[in-house]
Amino acid sequence: MEIQEVIRYLKEYDGPEIKLMEVCGTHTASIFKSGIRSLISPKIKLISGPGCPVCVTPTAFIDKCIEYATSEHHILLTFGDMMKVPGTNGSLSDMKGKGAKVELMYSPFEAVEKAQANPEITYVVAAVGFETTAPAYALMMQQAVANGVKNIRLVTALKTVIPALTWICENQQDIDGFICPGHVSTIIGSVPYEALAQKYEKPFVVAGFEAEHILAVIYDIVRQLEAGEHQVKNLYSNAVRNEGNTKALEVLNTYFEAGPAMWRGLGVIENSGLYLKDTFYDGGSRGLDKDMELPAGCSCGDVIVGKINPDQCPMFKTKCSPMNPFGPCMVSAEGACGIWYRNK
Amino acid sequence: MCIAIPGKVLATDGTTAQVDFRGNTVNVNVGLVDPEPGQYVLVHAGCAIEVMEKEKAEELADLFMELEELA
Repeated sequence: MEIQEVIRYLKEYDGPEIKLMEVCGTHTASIFKSGIRSLISPKIKLISGPGCPVCVTPTAFIDKCIEYATSEHHILLTFGDMMKVPGTNGSLSDMKGKGAKVELMYSPFEAVEKAQANPEITYVVAAVGFETTAPAYALMMQQAVANGVKNIRLVTALKTVIPALTWICENQQDIDGFICPGHVSTIIGSVPYEALAQKYEKPFVVAGFEAEHILAVIYDIVRQLEAGEHQVKNLYSNAVRNEGNTKALEVLNTYFEAGPAMWRGLGVIENSGLYLKDTFYDGGSRGLDKDMELPAGCSCGDVIVGKINPDQCPMFKTKCSPMNPFGPCMVSAEGACGIWYRNK
Repeated sequence: MCIAIPGKVLATDGTTAQVDFRGNTVNVNVGLVDPEPGQYVLVHAGCAIEVMEKEKAEELADLFMELEELA
């Protein structure tokens, strides 16, 4: 089928309203870049899901990171996207300005090199991410253990998407189908979506990131819904095996175990967090549940679960902008509000 | 974001590979995949997460460069 036919079909769709959730922030960005909303019928709504690990990380995690960054003989290592997320008394960026020891990393493996070069310093890694990122931390642990490196700790806010999707299926029953994340699925494969599709009778389709991939996935889900089907499909087969990356899953399983984790907007979800099995290397990651009171009027909680689009929040573009963010979804470049702001 | 960028493997010792990203050579952990020199890998956080076909890898590299500009 030609892409033009797909677009024509989606443009002319005039059946019952359909709500599809794209779980991944990179899909949200790609949907904007390619103007997909303008190519499809207004009866097909695309809802942004909780696809930004930074936006769902609670305040207590930032506070814990700051605690380390302000302790003697400790240096905190983080990816850049965590720098501006507010903690109780400011962000990592604010605290760095006041002398806290925060260094940016491009990959977790730098932590092992730094720790070996500076044995008198304890390097604390702010490990945030979904399944795409978690294996890199597992491999980092493998290196640290193999080299007997003891001066590393991880503060983890690693999360897994299947428990969050389960939460959404239970609590947001008006979502008709899911555009499954591409690179999370590179790790976990398409098989874990099967149980969700069966239980909740909704289609789950793994998507690539190019406009035509996303359109093909929307088309597939719409046709499934019209036919009353609820299948799992993998339409990103050049980067996703149905069984996932088995080596990655093995190494994750070696170093991490599941536990409850706090998601902003969703609350604590059982088994949705990944925690180090080896408590020696863990920097106190369990129970970091305390979250900020969202400012009055801030609707980030509703945005994260797709109840409203960012532009339906009364603060959007009025009191809340990337220059002066009010809520976490605007702070992060990955957040739905930030993406909408820059592209709408 | 869970963006993963494709690059071309120049050399590998089975643990670390030198990967070319449009002229920049970067050391990448290849503990999760088994690429041969000349193949393309999808890289996230300094870690190769999958081996890709050349053509698809180049399309993706273009797309992610554009998405980075949006972000």
